[in-house]
Amino acid sequence: MKTDMESRKDSKWNRIVVSFSKAIKNFSLILPVLFGIILLLGLFKSYISQQMITSVFTGEISKDTILGSTLGSIFTGSPITSYIVGGELLKDGVSLLAVTAFVASWVTVGIIQLPAEAAILGKRFAITRNLLSFLFSMVIAVATVVTLEVVA
Amino acid sequence: MNNIKKEKMKGKNKTLYYGLSFFIFVIILYIVLFFFNDKKTYNAVHASINIFIQILPVLALVIFLMGISNYFLKPKTVSKYLGEESGIKGWLIAVSLGILSHGSIYVWYPLLKDLQDHGMRVGLIATFLYNRAVKIPLLPIMIYYFGIIFVFILTIYMIIISVVEGKLIEMILNTFENRRARSD
Repeated sequence: MKTDMESRKDSKWNRIVVSFSKAIKNFSLILPVLFGIILLLGLFKSYISQQMITSVFTGEISKDTILGSTLGSIFTGSPITSYIVGGELLKDGVSLLAVTAFVASWVTVGIIQLPAEAAILGKRFAITRNLLSFLFSMVIAVATVVTLEVVA
Repeated sequence: MNNIKKEKMKGKNKTLYYGLSFFIFVIILYIVLFFFNDKKTYNAVHASINIFIQILPVLALVIFLMGISNYFLKPKTVSKYLGEESGIKGWLIAVSLGILSHGSIYVWYPLLKDLQDHGMRVGLIATFLYNRAVKIPLLPIMIYYFGIIFVFILTIYMIIISVVEGKLIEMILNTFENRRARSD
């Protein structure tokens, strides 16, 4: 006969096993999307160079800001990469507005991750969130540069 | 209760079906690109393997956190701290967790989905995801490239906008839901 203490321990252990097996089961559902995203990121790393990104900018501030947000939304990777590319863009004479929009949208908007976000968190949520983040990357760029000019 | 289970099952099947279709699409893309440039496509496979190795620790952490949240978090607890009645506390938690979380953004989707199923507000999910742009360990690198004042101003705006975006998403999605309910 099991004591009360032992059966409580057993049910606790069972709950741990159930919690983790549920976690693994839920996680395994997103593995195809996850592998797809990783493979797409690999393609981007291999096919798109920093020079290709820099060559797109035109010199017109408003056009470049929209371009900055668009490119930041399409490209993805570690934020460090966006800082390095952003720094290089500044050196090449691209406006701070465009570079800020580029850096802001790099992490907040994810066109490549969109299929995973839509599959897991819902299509409507993913599209609305990415659209808003795209627009806000330009708002943030304008606000940051204007504030910087006032402060500095 | 059975209907809820059926709906959940349907949602899971949809996620799996969508994921498999997407994965097959990417494989076909690789095959096509291989015929255009085999060297670059090989490099892409290598880059993908490297990315996978890099994110493995975070994947393990996410699975662990999902297990822990399944064990400890009851819908009542989640709704208290991250649900409709969480108030300012909820926004502060979402902002802080977004800033403190590490690794690629897509790795966090399953955990957020779990929390959403437990009652987390969608606005807080959006705020969490937005704040992943603010990474404390990376700030020195950003300061090196753009200067401390720029980074400070940008970070403050990012945090403010993350909450604005969360609120807006809730308003937009609620409007959609209301319209759908009315048309039904």
